[in-house]
Amino acid sequence: MSEENQGMDVGYVAHLARIDLTAEETSLFQSQLDQVLHYVEQLGELDVNDVEPTAHAFPVYNVLRKDEPGKSLPHADIIANAPAATDGEIRVPKIIDQ
Amino acid sequence: MDGLNKLTIAELAEKLASGECSSVDIVNDVFASIEATDGTIGAYLTLDRDSALEQAKAADASRAAGETSPMLGIPVAIKDLLNVKGQPCTCSSKILEDYTAPYDATVIAKLREAGAVLLGRVNMDEFAMGSSTENAALGKTSNPWNTDHVPGGSSGGSAACVAADEAIVALGSDTGGSIRQPAAFCGCVGVKPTYGRVSRYGLTAFASSLDQIGPLSKTVKDSAILLEVLCGHDPMDSSSIEMDVPDFGNKLGDDPSLAGMKLGLPKEYFVEGMDPEVEKSVRDAVEHCKSLGAEIVDVSLPHSKYAIAVYYIIATAESGGAGCSVEFDGIRYGLRIDGKDPIELYGKTRAAGFGSEVKRRIILGTYVLSSGYYDAYYLRAQKVRTLIRNDFTEAFKRCDAILAPVTPTPAYRLGEKTDDPLKMYLDDILTTPVNLAGNCALSLPCGFSSDGLPIGLQIIADSFDEETILKVGHAYEQTTEWHTRKPEIS
Repeated sequence: MSEENQGMDVGYVAHLARIDLTAEETSLFQSQLDQVLHYVEQLGELDVNDVEPTAHAFPVYNVLRKDEPGKSLPHADIIANAPAATDGEIRVPKIIDQ
Repeated sequence: MDGLNKLTIAELAEKLASGECSSVDIVNDVFASIEATDGTIGAYLTLDRDSALEQAKAADASRAAGETSPMLGIPVAIKDLLNVKGQPCTCSSKILEDYTAPYDATVIAKLREAGAVLLGRVNMDEFAMGSSTENAALGKTSNPWNTDHVPGGSSGGSAACVAADEAIVALGSDTGGSIRQPAAFCGCVGVKPTYGRVSRYGLTAFASSLDQIGPLSKTVKDSAILLEVLCGHDPMDSSSIEMDVPDFGNKLGDDPSLAGMKLGLPKEYFVEGMDPEVEKSVRDAVEHCKSLGAEIVDVSLPHSKYAIAVYYIIATAESGGAGCSVEFDGIRYGLRIDGKDPIELYGKTRAAGFGSEVKRRIILGTYVLSSGYYDAYYLRAQKVRTLIRNDFTEAFKRCDAILAPVTPTPAYRLGEKTDDPLKMYLDDILTTPVNLAGNCALSLPCGFSSDGLPIGLQIIADSFDEETILKVGHAYEQTTEWHTRKPEIS
């Protein structure tokens, strides 16, 4: 898998993951994660063409329940955990400019 | 009373039944011990003495009214990633420092129903990402056997509080060894149940296809008693399996014979660089099981060496890339650092809220799932996961359980591996395969290093065969003394 792998750009991936990194973090994580990626390349040794992937140890499909309304958590308990709230609603920064 | 904190669930159950002590007495002794030693150990993040005493009084009242559940009135320490209504659930992260859990995890509801006393919340690696509890943002925990050494992780607080007699028993969670490894490092017993045995509802997820909640205790019998309470199908966790829960605790008899049992020894688990004292203790334990009547057979788990690579791709993909940590965005709960728009808010919040290891794993998980790399990393890792699972299926055709070390070395020094994440990851080589395969395993003390640090024996069985690991562990424990040793905490 190494041929097409151009390596990871930590700064770019951190932006995708919405984590602002300092310059020091970016350079430290780049070298640490390069080592980890180099280590995991050993999986390329194995021929896995005919192997089915495992997503869960015991796959269970279509777990359904009756479509009946249940009890929700109390509104006040949820709002109490919000970082900012007004009149029982969570406050967030403006998304669309006028 | 004095020293009730040092006893096991089974011993306390007798004293409670005969009226020799009350649950309030036990809680008082546990708090006396916490006051005496937790300043040195640092296992607890949050304690609520009044609430614990209230629960103990209620348990004593239930007993007076005729209740007799084995967990009734027994104090339990809770790993800080399980939601307990009205309490913090920080996951030892700054991003959840001010969060209050609005509901009970299913295992907590089960403990309440069984009359257990919820003692307090213990330290861990942030979001369970780590193997030494050094990635904890809100506390520092030491190994009770030598406070210059790590307690292991991520359930380091759970293991340390049990080993230090600051709790009777504790709950932990195990994604790649996070119950078994700290149990081994601190000289206590820990069980990673089969995936699907225990509901994960209310457990703050690290990697959803690998996480399981389980007990840490002073004896195998105690783990069996607690495990029985934790297990069972839960409609709130669609991955929990509908299957009867065996009577784990009562099935453990006094006869330590292992006659008729085949125990497998995997050559791949005696890895290069393994500490000779660990290898010797484990091989001695194997001989001991043979002397109890077990037949020892060689088995092979040929893909074990790929487990770390597979594990760190799958676990980081499930946590960072796909889900679990994505919800920590500063919008609905947890820390928020304001920004001019939501994107800036997310970036600043997650920068301030997460520690280095969590950031590294989120970045790695995002990368291995990203377009162009998915097949090369994530899909390939899932395929090798199948091969690791098949290894166990083949091995269990030849034996009832597998004996192995838990860790390549005893507990290392605080700070020894914090600068080198890959080096710390490699220590999980003997525990991660079990999570990838989904089956069950137990860790229990089988010796000490010349420096006085505990060494663990791992007993691995097939899926849903917890009875076998408990039986082998109990037989070993009844005929050895390692588990009776206590650390001297100065």
